[in-house]
Amino acid sequence: MDTKIISGELKRCPAWQFGLWIGAAGIVLLWGVYATLLCWIKGLNQTNMNDAYGFALWIWADLAIIALGGGAFFTGFLRYIIGKDELKHIINYAVIIGFICYSSALIILGIDVGQPLRGWFIFWHANVHSMLTEVAFCLTCYLFVLIIEYTPIILENRRLGNIPFLHNFGHNLHEIMAVFAATGVFLSFFHQGSLGGVSGVLFGRPFAFREGVFIWPWTFFLFTWSAAACGPCFTILITKITEKITGKKLVKQNVIELLAKISGWMTGTYIIAKIVDTLYWAKVTLPKTGFGFLDFYTNNPLYGIWILVLEIGICGILPALILISEKGRKNPASLMAAVILAVLGVCINRWVMVLQVMAAPVLTFETWQMYIPSWQEIATTILPLAYGVIVVSFSYRYLPVFPQEKELNP
Amino acid sequence: MKEEKNNKNAKKFGMVIDLDKCTGCGTCMVACMSENNIPFKEDESNKLYSITWMRVYRLTNGKSYPDTDICYLPRPCQHCGGRGDHGHSPCVSVCPATATDYSKETGIVSQIYTRCFGCRYCMAACPYHARYFNWWDPVWPKGMEKYLSPNVSVRMRGVVEKCSFCFHRYQLAKDKAYYENRSEIEENEYQTACAQACPSGAIAFGDLNNPAHAVCELKKNKNAFRLLERLQTNPKVYYISGRQWVRHAGDNHLKRDS
Repeated sequence: MDTKIISGELKRCPAWQFGLWIGAAGIVLLWGVYATLLCWIKGLNQTNMNDAYGFALWIWADLAIIALGGGAFFTGFLRYIIGKDELKHIINYAVIIGFICYSSALIILGIDVGQPLRGWFIFWHANVHSMLTEVAFCLTCYLFVLIIEYTPIILENRRLGNIPFLHNFGHNLHEIMAVFAATGVFLSFFHQGSLGGVSGVLFGRPFAFREGVFIWPWTFFLFTWSAAACGPCFTILITKITEKITGKKLVKQNVIELLAKISGWMTGTYIIAKIVDTLYWAKVTLPKTGFGFLDFYTNNPLYGIWILVLEIGICGILPALILISEKGRKNPASLMAAVILAVLGVCINRWVMVLQVMAAPVLTFETWQMYIPSWQEIATTILPLAYGVIVVSFSYRYLPVFPQEKELNP
Repeated sequence: MKEEKNNKNAKKFGMVIDLDKCTGCGTCMVACMSENNIPFKEDESNKLYSITWMRVYRLTNGKSYPDTDICYLPRPCQHCGGRGDHGHSPCVSVCPATATDYSKETGIVSQIYTRCFGCRYCMAACPYHARYFNWWDPVWPKGMEKYLSPNVSVRMRGVVEKCSFCFHRYQLAKDKAYYENRSEIEENEYQTACAQACPSGAIAFGDLNNPAHAVCELKKNKNAFRLLERLQTNPKVYYISGRQWVRHAGDNHLKRDS
C-alpha cells in the first residue's frame, strides 16, 4: 500500500502490521492526550501535586528526557566538531531521538504550567536572573536546530527525494550541518546547564543548593556533563531496542563501541566530579546551613543513603568501568547492562534533584512530605513515550535512518 | 527584577511577632483571609491545598508532662531581602516571567497575578512555604462575593499567591497623605490586617528603618530572631521569645552545635 514511499532498498513489514503497531502506540497516546485535556480544562487539581510539591513528576520527566536527549548534541559534537567519522552511521538516529526528547519536554512544560495560555510570558517578560528563562530560550532555540537537523533526513524519503528542489535543499542542508551542530552544542551546553542551575541556585533549599563559579552553581556543569555522558547511552539503548524489534542489525558494532567508549570515559569523569561535588556539599556547603548530611537521608519512608549508593555507585561507577573496559564493551550483555545503568543513573540524579528537594523539610517544625503521582500525571508522562514510538516508527519505515542497514542486511 | 537605586529614604516594612504573647487563636489568619479575598473550599482538611497567607504553626518542645511546652508561630511571607539584602530573595530571583518583584522603596515582595503563568518555581524556592498555588478556581458561597474587598483583586486558577503585607493599605495610606499634602505616612496609617486584628498585640508592624516605629526598637530585643537565618534569606519578619527552645527552633543546628 505504501511501498511507493518506502525506499526500494529497504525491507519493511507489511502495512497492516505497521498499522497495528501504530494503533497500539496511538491508544497510549490518546490516553495521554485525554489526561492532558483534563489538566488543561479542569486545571492542575487533576494532579497530586500540592503546595509542598510545586515541582513533581513532570519536572523530573522534563529534566530526565532532556538529559537523555543529550545524545543528539554530544554525538553531533563528536561527529561534526571532533571529526569522529564513524558516528555518521548513528547520527541520524541520535538527532531523531533528540528531537523526540526535546519536543516532548516542551509538551510536558505546556501541561505543567497553571496558565498555559500565558506560556509566552516567559519570553515576553523574561527575568534574566532566572535559570528557567535561560532554559526556555535555549530549549526552544535548540528544538529549532533539531528540526533543521531532522529536515534533511526527512527529505531523503524516496518520494520527497524525487522532487529536485527538496533533494537539493536537503543536500545543501547536509553540507552546512556542522554549523548547526556547533550551534546545537553551544545551546545545549547552556540549557543542560541551566536545568542543573534550576535546583542549584535554590539557596533556600539546602539539599539542592550548590556553590559554583560566577552565577553558575556546580550543578550547572554537572548536568551538562552527565547529559553528554549518558545521552549517548540512551541513543545506544534505543538503537539496540530498535534492532530487537525489527529483527535487524542496523548499526555496526564498531560504531556502538566507539560511542560506548566515549560515553564510558565521560561517565567516569562525571562521576568523579559528582563525588567531589557531593563531598564538598556535605562537608562545606551544608554545615553552613545548619544541616548535617544524614538529615537528608533519614527520618523518612523513602529517601535513604541507598539512593546515593544507587546513583553514584551502581548506576555511575559501575557502568563507567564496564564501558571504559574493552572487554566490557565487546560483551553484548555487559554493554547493555552498562547503558541501562547509566540511563537509570541520570534519571535517578534528576529525580533526586527535583523530588527529594521538595520532600525534605527546611523549617525545623515541618516534616518530610511524600507524594504519589495521580494517573493523569502518569498518563501525560507516558504520552511522550508513545509519541516517541510513533515518530521513530514512521522515521524508520519511510526514511533511510541507518546508512549501514542495507550492508548489514543483504 | 527592577534594579532601583537604594534610596536614602527607602522604607523597609517588616514585622515583629512576640511569640510569648501569641495564644494561637488564629484571628490573624481569619483577618488576613477576609482582608485579602483568600479563597477557601468546602473541605479544608488537607492543609497542603489550603491557601493561608498567614499560617499559625504549632511548635512543641518535644518533652512530656510536666515539662511540655507549646508555642504558636504565625508565619506570613517573610519578604526576604535575599543575600546581602540586594532584593534577590529566593523567589524573586527565580521567577522566569518577572511576576514577583522586590520593591527597594518598601522592601515588600509583590506578586503580579496577571503575569504569573503558574510554573511554581517560586514555591520550590521558598523555604518558608509561604507561597500558595490556586489549584482550583475560587468559588465563593452564594452572596459572599458582595463582601469581597474591592481593594484586592481575586486570583484565578493556575497562579501563585502570597502575603503582600496588605500592600493595598499602603497605597491607600499614600493616597491619603498625598491628598493632605504630606510626603510621609504615619505608623498607624499603614498597618496590616493581621497586626490590627491580633487580640493580644503580639504582632507589630512598621518600617524597620524608622526609629519612630515600634518595630525598629523591637527587632533589637536580645531575644529576637528570624527564621532560617543561616540560609541568608534575610527575612523582614522577626520573632521574639524568652524561651530558648523556641529560639532554637527558628533555625537548623548541627548536632555538635546544639
